[in-house]
Amino acid sequence: MKTTRTLATVAMLAAATGLVACSSDDGGSDASNCTNTITKQDLPVVTMWAWYPNMQLVVDNFNKANDEVQVCWTNVGQGGDHYDKFQTAISAGTGAPDVVMVEMDRIPTFQIQNALVDISGYGLDAVRANYGDGAWKDVSVGDAVYGVPVDGGPLAMIYRKDIFDKYDITPPTTWAEYEQAAQKVKDAGGPLFGDLGANVPALMMALQIQKGAAPFTYDPAQPESIGVRLNDQASKDVLDYWGGLVRKGLVGTQDQFTPEYISGVINGNYATYISAAWAPGYLTGAGVGQGEDTGTFAVAPLPQWDANNPVQVNWGGSAFSVSSQSKQPELAAKAAYGLYADQESLTDGWTNQIIFPLNLTALNDPEFIDLEVEFFDGQQANKEVYVPAANAYQGVVYSPFGQYYFDAMTKQISEMSAGSITGAQAADRLQDDVTKHATEQGFTVQ
Amino acid sequence: MTSITEKRAPRTHHDKRKTRGTIQRREHLTGWLFVGPFGVVFLAFLIAPLGYALYLSLFQKKLIGGTSFVLFDNYVKAFTDPSFLSGAWFVIRFALVAIPVQIGVALAMALILDAVTSLFTRFSRLMIFLPYAIPTVIGAVMWGFLYSKSFGPLTDVFGFFGATAPDFLSNNLIFYGLLNIVTWQWAGYYMIILYAALQGIDPTLYEAARMDGAGRWQVARRIKIPLIAPALILILVFSLIGTLQFFNEPQILRYLAAGTIGSDFTPNMYAYQQAFGLANFNYGSAISFALGGVVFICVYAFLFFTRKRRSFL
Repeated sequence: MKTTRTLATVAMLAAATGLVACSSDDGGSDASNCTNTITKQDLPVVTMWAWYPNMQLVVDNFNKANDEVQVCWTNVGQGGDHYDKFQTAISAGTGAPDVVMVEMDRIPTFQIQNALVDISGYGLDAVRANYGDGAWKDVSVGDAVYGVPVDGGPLAMIYRKDIFDKYDITPPTTWAEYEQAAQKVKDAGGPLFGDLGANVPALMMALQIQKGAAPFTYDPAQPESIGVRLNDQASKDVLDYWGGLVRKGLVGTQDQFTPEYISGVINGNYATYISAAWAPGYLTGAGVGQGEDTGTFAVAPLPQWDANNPVQVNWGGSAFSVSSQSKQPELAAKAAYGLYADQESLTDGWTNQIIFPLNLTALNDPEFIDLEVEFFDGQQANKEVYVPAANAYQGVVYSPFGQYYFDAMTKQISEMSAGSITGAQAADRLQDDVTKHATEQGFTVQ
Repeated sequence: MTSITEKRAPRTHHDKRKTRGTIQRREHLTGWLFVGPFGVVFLAFLIAPLGYALYLSLFQKKLIGGTSFVLFDNYVKAFTDPSFLSGAWFVIRFALVAIPVQIGVALAMALILDAVTSLFTRFSRLMIFLPYAIPTVIGAVMWGFLYSKSFGPLTDVFGFFGATAPDFLSNNLIFYGLLNIVTWQWAGYYMIILYAALQGIDPTLYEAARMDGAGRWQVARRIKIPLIAPALILILVFSLIGTLQFFNEPQILRYLAAGTIGSDFTPNMYAYQQAFGLANFNYGSAISFALGGVVFICVYAFLFFTRKRRSFL
């Protein structure tokens, strides 16, 4: 009896130890947990995290066409959740996938932690001509290339034609006109004109850059020093402008990408939506623009501060990078270069407005340029709005602590929306907060 | 069983000392084997991670300059960090309001269910307990939708009276929004504990009280509540610790209101954000330990002031 008991105890201990061992010994993310089905079982497999809505199709297309490597894809979350997981895997030194989707504004954050592989040595020349110089610039640090560009996010103003017609408004071309139009709709008892979501700080950053703000100056050759200018006049002006719209009750303060916001968009609670070229795809996926709402949306260029000197900006836009934890960087780079670069995937992406392609095959494709976009009721949105905006985009210097900056910005926008501080105060607080963080992280702030 | 028979047998042997030694050793071994499975899990999943977190909290890792040993610098930083302090102040304020409300509701329900006996009692008991059986995450998501201006019933209810519905996810009302969720979730659980304690009271006491002319209210106030005081203190400690470590509900609602519920809303959320959002495991660990310190002080102070009534510790 005693022996049996001892044996049972030993067995339990062994089982417990076994559990611990299982969870710790597999390096890299697990290749047996793919969302897609890999049919070519005998080929080497690289793992991948990405959240494009049509990623399943993109991966299948790649796997079908490729006889060297197969991609095992998982969607670990969109935006913040995805980055939290990738960041944790980096810190842990294990668990990251081979290929990872990274928005351009996050590349310096991961690059400075040596989390990404310079893929210029793995066949860059073969694909260099497929993307514009600007696109390569956004994914490069010096001569090193840390990602393959996939999509861009030129900003524009999406609006409801039915609301504009009802209140007799033409699309505003300047921010002053935007406010006047908003006031007009409000005075006539109409809905909110737009929305300032505290959870989309990258949009606010883009709008500040449009007025001439340059939040960060950062030279990767001198990684220990960084310039932080978050409270210059342009930054303050833009925050004050939106704070004013909120105070006057012209725009809402709902967090975006939430069910609440989407239902508001469907109900026609917002006359405009300042957003990027990929937004219609996400809205369509969430059920916007269907049923009664079919054909109510249109798009116009982003309002300007100075109509004579228009400035175009970008929100989001992503690349495929190879993680430094990859044990097969060459194969991973092949996947990064090849994914979302085939005609079929690109066409699916841009016909559904999931991506605004940076691949020149698609960008210069007359069919893409002349596309009569269904979501915008047949409007040639690319030709009229998005392509010119993308062509005029100058590029931005992003910070190596993007997550902290965005969190801090969310906090300040929220306080500003609640009316407890002005836009200028929000900018000052943000400057103090981020400067302090940069100093703590060992940077010399200039 | 074997060990018991063996224990009695040796008394007849003359070399007592030697045998007793063997037996004691054998008994020790048996004891350790019983404690073993728990001990291993306890060490591997509680003590070791705690030790590792403590170790981590003594270092600082910078993007530029790498990792260095800083002793208690992270703790000094935590207790001067407005994010940590405002989060800690929030949970303390929240505890001061939420705990009396939850326990008040739980106590009232338990007393009513104890006093009234009918078929309806069992049904009510189950229904009041039900929210506790719903996972926190689902509860929070559900309330998130109930609070919604577009989907929730509040707009309709208030609209019926021509008023604007309050937005429980806004900066001003989030405190009450969370208070409601927490009370809904936990009051039933506390009620069950109190109800069980009430059932354990000897009914002859009630009879004696009635003979002395005590009414129902007096029985409740003079007999029932004093006799379940240990259970009350137990749930107070539970809820105090739980509230100070507030995490699940605000973290879930953050998906609906990231502006209102910042990443540093409660100390636990701040620790999570530092560790997993900003890769600052060192500072995250320090915040966790600092929070542990705050919890310890609060619970100790509470137990100190109620030391005469407690009997469970």
